[in-house]
Amino acid sequence: MNDLLLRLEGVSRHFGGLKAVDDVSFSLTRGEILGLIGPNGAGKTTCFNLISGVYAPTKGDIVLEGVSTAGFPPYRMAALGVGRTFQVVKPFSTLSVLNNVQVALGLKRYGGVLSSLGPWDTKASRKEALEILEEVGIGHLAASPSGQLPLGNQRRLELARALALKPKLLLLDETFSGLRHEEAALLSKLVLGVRARGISVLLIEHNMKVAMGLSDRLVVLDHGRLLAEGKPEEIRSDPRVVEAYLGKGASAHAS
Amino acid sequence: MNDYSITILTFIAIQAIVACGLNVIVGYAGQISLGHAAFFGIGAYASALLTTKGGLTFWTALPLVILLTGAIGLVLGMPSLRLREDFLAVTTIGINFIVESVFLYVPFFGGALGLGGIPSITLLGTRLRGPNFLYLCLVFLAAVLFISRRFTRSWGGLACFALREEETAASSMGVSPIRFKLLAFVLGTAMAGLGGALYAHLMRFISATDFGFTLSVSMMSMVVLGGIGTLWGPVLGALILGVLPEVFRPLIDYRMLLNAAILLLMIRFQPAGLLGEGSLLRRLFRRPGRDSAHE
Repeated sequence: MNDLLLRLEGVSRHFGGLKAVDDVSFSLTRGEILGLIGPNGAGKTTCFNLISGVYAPTKGDIVLEGVSTAGFPPYRMAALGVGRTFQVVKPFSTLSVLNNVQVALGLKRYGGVLSSLGPWDTKASRKEALEILEEVGIGHLAASPSGQLPLGNQRRLELARALALKPKLLLLDETFSGLRHEEAALLSKLVLGVRARGISVLLIEHNMKVAMGLSDRLVVLDHGRLLAEGKPEEIRSDPRVVEAYLGKGASAHAS
Repeated sequence: MNDYSITILTFIAIQAIVACGLNVIVGYAGQISLGHAAFFGIGAYASALLTTKGGLTFWTALPLVILLTGAIGLVLGMPSLRLREDFLAVTTIGINFIVESVFLYVPFFGGALGLGGIPSITLLGTRLRGPNFLYLCLVFLAAVLFISRRFTRSWGGLACFALREEETAASSMGVSPIRFKLLAFVLGTAMAGLGGALYAHLMRFISATDFGFTLSVSMMSMVVLGGIGTLWGPVLGALILGVLPEVFRPLIDYRMLLNAAILLLMIRFQPAGLLGEGSLLRRLFRRPGRDSAHE
């Protein structure tokens, strides 16, 4: 399974004087679940925005399946197999939940002139969208306007849309936050199922229990820099990580 | 029906065609345009010039007019790639004023005297006048409605809806904002070009002031009144704003006041327009069990 999917090579992103992400390198293999953790403002979401093409890196390169993708726009990254959710949910509010997923099903259609003229609201696309909604557990809400769902369900819709892209790499930005315990357990199962299909998952998670429990490996960011990388048990006992979260002096108490 | 009502209805049909075009840009793709009259004017001037100086007939000129207006729409739609909402609104107003002054000050376009001697439309050897011209406009309106409907049902249309709602998310789902915003601009301005050509051959004399900013505002009013993003909304809006001044002819001095009052009342009580989601008319005529979000 040591098949490389994504590699960040010395990636930086500066906003004026702020180094949101500073010389970060890590890689992800096929079928791996990698947790991206770190205190608030560590640059996790910026990292996601770099990988998914929302921002271009100031320096460094992002390589997906051997192709250098630095500076590609999001719609090209989606076509290359990167599906993502957003920390601040972004539903297509006036469209129904089902139509939201159908938008993502059109991924292959938007590239060509002729293919984008075909009808979208077909029996086949409705069926496929509904199956994905049922997989994430909101099939019964298919007809509701997506803008009016409670946050937990909007997060599941985000996941459904990302899955509808049939990605090779799934980026989950705090998809678990705001979910009840049993909802989170269901979602964890889902993520493991996704991985079992060979899809790699990169997740940002504040809930340490979830992050440690799900991830094969963790990458810790702090102030835009890579602080530590390793298996959950190594990270848990890494004094630098404890310090980043709790401050100096805390590591002595923790150990 | 007397000649007068037929003329009014012909105007309404032409304005409905142009408003449908604006609806593609504003309603479907969510790009504010307050300069739509410019493209109506470009269509009118293009057809007038091609038929007077170019020696073409209305029918041979029409495809060129539509292509040309759409092509200019493509170029002038480019600000929408960088600007959002209020900035785009101001830019499109500017475009309207620039196009109007080009028509007004460049001698090639007839300057302040406008362009006259535009031939009537002939079909199968007969000159189209009165009701026949109206029928022609209605046929074109039907075609525009058909294309609008087809567009909302195509993947390209869905891509535009997604862009309208959430550009970043749409982009992360494979929708290129550049491609689909410009597609909406081309389609919408091409429809305006068609309306402009019909207008030029109906009036047979045009001048720059026919295509000013106030017309853009009233186009926008039609779309908002009827129901932004709905299929029939622009037609209903054009009909109401076309008929009202005739009904309230005694109040002609207060026409602008009346229009403004209607708009404000709509925004307050029926923000989605007469045919929009959740409007009174929709609730009255809702057919049970049918999803009508994209009609």
